[in-house]
Amino acid sequence: MATTTTTPTRAGAAQAPARGADPMRRQQTIAAWLLALPFLALFLVFTAGPVLASLGMSFTDIKRTDIRTPFAVGFIGIDNYTQLLADPLFRKVMVNTGLYVVLGVPLTMAMALAIAVMLNRVTRLRALFRVGYYLPVVTSIVAVSVVWKFLLRPEGGLVNSALGAVGLPQPEWLDNPHLALPSLVVMAAWRNLGTLMIIFLAGLQTIPDEVKEAAQVDGATGWQVFRRITLPMLKPTLLFGAVITSIGYLQFFEEAFVMTKGGPLDATRSVTFFTFDQFAFGNYGLAAAASYLLFLAVVVLTFLQFKVFGEKD
Amino acid sequence: MTTSAATPTPAPAQTPLDDLPASTGPSKQSKRPDQGGPGTYIALGLGLILMVIPFLWMAISSIKPEAEIRSIPPTWWPQSVTLDNFRELFTRLDFTTYFLNSVLVATAVTVGNMLFCSMLGYALAKLEFRGKKLLFALVLGTLMIPGVVTFVPLFVLTVNLGLANTLTGMALPFLAGPFGVFLMRQFILSLPDELIQAARVDGAGELRIFFSVVMPLCWPALATLGILTFLTSWNNFLWPLVVATNEDKYTLPVALALYAVGQNATQYGLLLAGSVVVVIPVIAVFLFLQRHIMQGISMTGIK
Repeated sequence: MATTTTTPTRAGAAQAPARGADPMRRQQTIAAWLLALPFLALFLVFTAGPVLASLGMSFTDIKRTDIRTPFAVGFIGIDNYTQLLADPLFRKVMVNTGLYVVLGVPLTMAMALAIAVMLNRVTRLRALFRVGYYLPVVTSIVAVSVVWKFLLRPEGGLVNSALGAVGLPQPEWLDNPHLALPSLVVMAAWRNLGTLMIIFLAGLQTIPDEVKEAAQVDGATGWQVFRRITLPMLKPTLLFGAVITSIGYLQFFEEAFVMTKGGPLDATRSVTFFTFDQFAFGNYGLAAAASYLLFLAVVVLTFLQFKVFGEKD
Repeated sequence: MTTSAATPTPAPAQTPLDDLPASTGPSKQSKRPDQGGPGTYIALGLGLILMVIPFLWMAISSIKPEAEIRSIPPTWWPQSVTLDNFRELFTRLDFTTYFLNSVLVATAVTVGNMLFCSMLGYALAKLEFRGKKLLFALVLGTLMIPGVVTFVPLFVLTVNLGLANTLTGMALPFLAGPFGVFLMRQFILSLPDELIQAARVDGAGELRIFFSVVMPLCWPALATLGILTFLTSWNNFLWPLVVATNEDKYTLPVALALYAVGQNATQYGLLLAGSVVVVIPVIAVFLFLQRHIMQGISMTGIK
């Protein structure tokens, strides 16, 4: 951390005398659970409980009218799930969510990696660049979406005015069903790349210069060094970045809520958006089922990424 | 850092992100093999402009009259300057209330996280007890749970607790998060054990050691956690949107989003001024305290 306090010690060595002293360990156990109590209580009531309740609700026909009697509802098995999978709109929002991940994750990662690699090669102005590229991450997605909605206006928007000035076509970014989703992805990548840039930069700084120097002495080009040394050594960091970015894009919602209201023709509606809509309609059971399918996707995708990218070497 | 080697997070947390070239280690005397030339600076500079332009345009446009914002082609610098948009936000619309709601909720969430997360973070970092591994696994597992999975039953619970449409109901579920526990654990691991041992030898109780020996040393990490939590809460959208059924309980993002998709959707000046109110305090805090924020990210590898 900041300046003075980081004096990492070999913690294990000092631990030894405490061993065997039984009353001491008992005291520590009591203290530890007391210290854990507030977190645990909040966690059980507001996270673990709802995660299980959500699963339970997804097998019932609970509606808004049951809100005061949530336990007196009908058990309907997997009806909510079969209804969802048969619903063309839900299929569409699943495909859209998949597109957000498939387009958004590589784009965000590629941009963040390119910036991190360049940042790692400069010594001057590094702090300025880092702050600038990170800036959108700390800002509200809602506010940023409002701003981008105006930037992307077909007429009078800054983006199309700039394109028009150099004689390029000026599409209706958010009103064209084929362009709306990609437009949102690009905006989201712009907003999210800062987090990955910081993580990748930290990863790059762990690669010793000597290794790269040695390769260059052996006649490797800059690209070869990047491809054969930097990328493989960065793999754990890239994997971690892919996982957290995927989880983020799977939950895509606010950008579409503000910029396109899920349109045009549901082209930007996501699973989270669908879940929120069903909740707003009062279909709590159906909303819970939709959210659980998304949760399943988060778990499976995370597992797959570790499986595919984590084991090759 | 013996125990932290077992951390399942592959993020390279141990590297301090430092601007000083000295941090590049012993090889810095020799010329770095991959030193960037002017091209690198130009590319980074152009990218930087793309990152910042939307914010500049937002701020500049918010002080233009409505007609000028709509003009085609758009103007960059305002031809006439007005504060009407902001005046309308705080008089005709109730942005004062939304601002206060945002501040109250974010403050409560921040204080809760700073206290509760450091308590558990300390236990996980420095105390020996049964169930420790399980507890830590629980914390890390929670990091992955999307908010969308819990909000429906959470709303049912909130209604039955009588907390629907209250700021308490908005803050309560977020008072202690896994990210804070993880960050505080990582930091406290780096504190020397000798301090705690010495306090034990002096006869201090375990809880006292935490509150009067460890907590005071945690300020750098607490500051980072406090800033990150405040920002996250300030920008939080889905849960406040669900809980606030009445306008007087809107937070800033909820109000802005609902105006942007509702009847004010065509009042560009108003919406841009609203965005300024949401974004500018955050940018100001970030620019002042960015060092803490960056360290938090690099320490845990997550935001």
